[in-house]
Amino acid sequence: MLRRYLRLFGVQLRSSSLLAMQYRGDFLLEGLISIFWTFTALAPLFVVYQGRKAIAGWSFEEALLVVGWFTLLQGVLEGAITPSLNGVVDHIRKGTLDFVLLKPADAQFLVSTTRFLPWRATNILTGMVIFIYAFHQMGRGPSLPGLLAALVLLGTSTLLLYSMWILTVSAAFFVVRVDNLTYFFQSIFDAARWPSSVFKGALSVVFTFIIPLALMTTFPAQAMLGRLPLQALVAAVAGAIAFAFLSRKVWLRSIGHYTSASS
Amino acid sequence: MSLRTAARAFPTLVRIGFSEALAYRAELLIWVLSTTMPFIMMALWTAVARDAPVGRYGQEGFVGYFLATFVVRQLTGAWAAWQINFEVRQGTLAMRLLRPISPIWSYAAENLGAVPMRFLVGVPVAIISVLVVGPDAVPRQWWGWPLLALALLGGWLITFLANVAIGTMALYMESSQKLMDVWLVLFFVFSGYMYPVELLPPVMRSLVDWLPFRYQIGLGAEVMTNAHSLPTALKLLAGQWLWVLGMGALAVGLWRRGLRRFAAYGG
Repeated sequence: MLRRYLRLFGVQLRSSSLLAMQYRGDFLLEGLISIFWTFTALAPLFVVYQGRKAIAGWSFEEALLVVGWFTLLQGVLEGAITPSLNGVVDHIRKGTLDFVLLKPADAQFLVSTTRFLPWRATNILTGMVIFIYAFHQMGRGPSLPGLLAALVLLGTSTLLLYSMWILTVSAAFFVVRVDNLTYFFQSIFDAARWPSSVFKGALSVVFTFIIPLALMTTFPAQAMLGRLPLQALVAAVAGAIAFAFLSRKVWLRSIGHYTSASS
Repeated sequence: MSLRTAARAFPTLVRIGFSEALAYRAELLIWVLSTTMPFIMMALWTAVARDAPVGRYGQEGFVGYFLATFVVRQLTGAWAAWQINFEVRQGTLAMRLLRPISPIWSYAAENLGAVPMRFLVGVPVAIISVLVVGPDAVPRQWWGWPLLALALLGGWLITFLANVAIGTMALYMESSQKLMDVWLVLFFVFSGYMYPVELLPPVMRSLVDWLPFRYQIGLGAEVMTNAHSLPTALKLLAGQWLWVLGMGALAVGLWRRGLRRFAAYGG
C-alpha cells in the first residue's frame, strides 16, 4: 500500500519536473521575482525598526529570522502546495473532479500531488541567505539542538500549511465561485511574517490555536535562537498532527458534498 | 458605441453588477476576509507605539489610521485585472465585445456594483472607529467630507484603471498574472496600506508622492483621519487626479491597441 503510493508520488513528481525543465527560462524569472518579493517584504520590517531597538522582545536580527522562515515556507507553499490544490478549485467548478474520484487511489493524495513548481525552490535559497545574514549580524551561530528542532518544525510547518490549504479548498465545495481563494489564503499567511509576540489578546489566541501561524514561523525562529522550550516543540508536533487529522476529516465530509456538475 | 449610449446604459449595468454582488455574497465575504491586513498591521503598530509614539502616531492614532485604511480599501477595490486576464485566456471576452458598449464600461459597472455591499461592511467599521478613537476618526471640518468623497473616487479610478491596464497586458503576453503580482507588491509597500507613508525613510518618502500607489489608499485614509490641512490635501488631491488621467490614458491606449491582437481562442 505504502509502496504503491510512494511510486505514484514518484511518477507525479517526475512529470512535474519534466514540465518544469521545459520552461527553464522560468527559473531566472522566478528567481528574480523571488528576490524582488523578499526585498519588498523586508521594507515594512525596516520601517518598523526605524529608531527602535526591539519590538515585543524581538530585535531586528531576530525578527529577520522570522522573515527568513516566512520566505522559506512561502517557497514550500507556492512550490509544492498551491499549484496542485489550485487545480482542485478548477475541478470543482467545472465538474471534472469526477475523473480524479474514479481513479483507484485516494483522491486527496492524487489532487495534492498533481503539480509541483520546482523553480519556486529559489525562495528556499533566499530564506537561507536571510538566515546566514541574520546570524552573521548577531555574531554567533545557531546551536546544534536548536537547528535540529528547527528541522523538525520545518516538517510540522509544512504539514500545517498543507492542512490549512486542504481546509480552504474544502470550502470550495460549498461556495462555488472562489477564484480568490489563493489570494485569501496568502493574505492570512502574510501575518506570519511578524514575530507572534506582537499580537496580543484575541489575535494571539487566533494565531496560535485557530490559524496556527505562530507555530509556523515564530517557533522555528525561536528554536534556531535556542529559546524554544521543549514542551513547545512537543506541543507543536502534536498540534500539527491533530490539525492534519482534522483537515482530513473535513475533506472527507466536504467531498461528500460534491455534486458533479454535468457540463 | 458613443459616450451617450454608454452613459444611458451605465446605471442598468451597475444595477446588474449589484445583483451579481448580492448573488455571490459568499465571494464578497471571502474578499472582505482577505483584506484584513489593516487589522494585523494595527496590532503590530500599536505594539510598536506602546512605549513611545512613532512620528505623530500614538496607539490611538494607529487604530484610527488602520481602521480608515480598511474602510478605504473596501470602497476602492477593483478586480478587473483578474477578470480580463481570465476572459482573454478563456476567449469569453468575445461575448463582451459583441455588446454595443465597450467592455471597459461593463467591467467598471460590475466593479462598482459591489460598492453598496462593501459600504455595508465599511460603515460599521467607521462607526466603531469613531467610538474607539473619538472624533478624529472621521473628517472634523466640513470640507473634509467632499474631499474624502473625491479622494475615494480618485482612489477607485486609479485602482480600476490600473487593473484594466494590467489585465489588458494579457493580450500582449500569455498571462498578466505575474505583472499583477509585481504591482501588488509595490502597492503593499508604497500605498500606506501597511504603515502611514509619512513613516517611510526620507528617500522613499519623496518618491512616494510621484507614484500612484499612495493615492489609492493612503490619501483617502489620511483625509479621513484629518492628517492634512486644506492646502496640502488639495495639492495631494491634484496629484491624485493627474494620476487618474494618466492611468486612464494608459489603460485606454493599451486596450485599443491590444484588442487588435485578440483572437478568441476556443470560447
